[in-house]
Amino acid sequence: MTIDETRAAVHFKPLNVGRWIVWGLFALLLIVAPLWWTSGFALTMLSQMGIAIIACLAYNMILGQGGMLSFGHAVYSGLGSFLAIHTLNLASAGKLSIPVSLVPLVGGLAGLFFAFLLGYVTTKKSGTTFAMITLGVGELVWSMSLMLPEFFGGEGGISGNRVVGNPFLGITFGPQIQVYYLIAVYCYITTAAMFAFTRTPLGRILNAVRDNPERVEFVGYNTQIVRFLAFMASGFFAGIAGGLAAINFELVTGEVVGAHRSGAYLLFVFLGGATFFFGPIIGAILMVIALVLLSEWTKAWLLYLGLVFLFMVMYAPGGFASLIMMNLRVAAFGKLRRLWTSYLALLGTGLTVLVGGAAMVEMTYHLQMNAAMGPDVRFMGVKLDATGLDAWFGAAFTMVLGIVLFEFARRAFRQEWDQTQEEIEKEIKRRESL
Amino acid sequence: MSQQHRPSTKGLALELIDIYKSFGKTEIIRGASLSVAQGERVAIIGPNGAGKSTLFNLISGRFTPTRGEIRLMGQRIDGRKPFDINRRGLARSFQVSNLFTRLSAFENIRCAVLWSMGHRYAFWRFLADLDDVTERVDEVLEMIKLDKKRDHLAMNLTYAEQRALEVGVTIAGGSPVILLDEPTAGMSKSETTRFVRLIREVTEGRTLLTVEHDMGVVFGLADKIAVLVYGEVIAFDTPERVRADARVQEAYLGSVLADQQVASAAA
Repeated sequence: MTIDETRAAVHFKPLNVGRWIVWGLFALLLIVAPLWWTSGFALTMLSQMGIAIIACLAYNMILGQGGMLSFGHAVYSGLGSFLAIHTLNLASAGKLSIPVSLVPLVGGLAGLFFAFLLGYVTTKKSGTTFAMITLGVGELVWSMSLMLPEFFGGEGGISGNRVVGNPFLGITFGPQIQVYYLIAVYCYITTAAMFAFTRTPLGRILNAVRDNPERVEFVGYNTQIVRFLAFMASGFFAGIAGGLAAINFELVTGEVVGAHRSGAYLLFVFLGGATFFFGPIIGAILMVIALVLLSEWTKAWLLYLGLVFLFMVMYAPGGFASLIMMNLRVAAFGKLRRLWTSYLALLGTGLTVLVGGAAMVEMTYHLQMNAAMGPDVRFMGVKLDATGLDAWFGAAFTMVLGIVLFEFARRAFRQEWDQTQEEIEKEIKRRESL
Repeated sequence: MSQQHRPSTKGLALELIDIYKSFGKTEIIRGASLSVAQGERVAIIGPNGAGKSTLFNLISGRFTPTRGEIRLMGQRIDGRKPFDINRRGLARSFQVSNLFTRLSAFENIRCAVLWSMGHRYAFWRFLADLDDVTERVDEVLEMIKLDKKRDHLAMNLTYAEQRALEVGVTIAGGSPVILLDEPTAGMSKSETTRFVRLIREVTEGRTLLTVEHDMGVVFGLADKIAVLVYGEVIAFDTPERVRADARVQEAYLGSVLADQQVASAAA
């Protein structure tokens, strides 16, 4: 080989096949999802999931990758929504000529602008002070939404019409399916862009700032600028999510900048897993399921959500993403098969606890809120008499039995899990010494 | 301030001119002065609480001196921010390992070279395409003998490996002036000997300041010794002359030195 050839060989970077497959599957999933899942509100759900994925990934740019705990990130997605709906209305009035497909970008630029404006103050500090300032900024913008009804539309919000201008190739964005695909395209591109960001010098230094801001200052970086830049990038993507939401719902109310929305971002990004890039995607899907489906099924959905959150914080602080990654690691060493039975036992006993507990929760809610409709509650296809001793005894017995069995299953699992981990460590050491 | 502006002497890497630092009413550094020529290796010794670490924190910009001037290659740096001082050519390590714990050894070093190699806040380029950076990082990892631990997270490295990485992060950016704060703290004797050799290698041709308690390390590493007692530099000279200095003997070194000499003779 000549020197040039040698150098070429050294610098040859083979395409990462695994990564192409993952991104290909992601694209495919976005394309076929509405064809495959066709029930009544599938499209509504899928559209919202696409938007939530962008918003949660954007939020995780600062939470998971930058270690910045924000309690007010809905400000940037929300203001993006408002600017987008106003743009849409200007276009409807013929004062502005912009294709609907570019309106989300207006939202993004709005998010970027406000992240620049407000983030300059916010990112001057880090840690607890940062969190407190975001809380303050969130409240500030929320109170503005009540004070400036011309812009925020007061209680009723601002409504718009997404069917604006001449249809392009027959696309009017009237039917929901067209809006879904607009969201899907944005979702794919922004996800790719945010992933790419993690592979750049700024993205890596942001991780360093998360781990040890002090040391970063001693290798030449101004941590304030690193935080500020990341905050603006996050604001931009959050704004795009907001713009898409404006097109999707054709209505933007003040609550989109509120603390509830900000709290939901934090909660579900955490549930999904902030330490992995794809964690917030899981979180976003769970968010839509919880807010749309769960709230339809039961009035006690917030209680269940709180319990799930509590459980995750205690037993899996890395969120669902970390659970998946830990099990993939076990699988990679060919040891997942051994854990199957334990998982089944955990699932079975866990469901028993859930059935017993949920029956009691539902009966309590029924007695408190729907007592006028008679004592009967329909729970999982069974009629329960919420005032009768039988139902309560049965539910309590199921739950207690479930808890006892679950505890046994958990201990057995713990032991097997620890043993598996030990074997994997040994295996790694053995491979290293080869 | 009575301090007059005086032009800096050529060839000096670092100059401390009558530095004071107090925390509240407590004065920690009281008129310390020191001139370190380029390429010199200086060990700062002194009893506990003499202000050695404070002095490092003042030089590296973690603290601002209450009074006095600090010059790096002739330019004033007192009161400047750490990142600014680093960009002007000074890097430091820490007594307690201060790494990016959730990043790999490779990423730790990479973060340390990005600024100095001109990549700054770039978000329009992929790290993987920066061949010069990758080459430099691998070179540093080899120098500090961590090339086999390239992809291990910093938090999973052994103590000695973390100390090596700490030095690696410090020297990777190529700063001409290096400050090492007790680089061998907590190491066993054999580890220390190896580590001193490593420090000599990686700081070759640079100006080195180090705080050290182990006299074996001091004599193995330093061309000159500065003795800091109660915030003042009471002696600054070659090891032999410092050893013979009556004031140093009286203030601090006598007993410690005798002990160490006996110990090293026995070993």
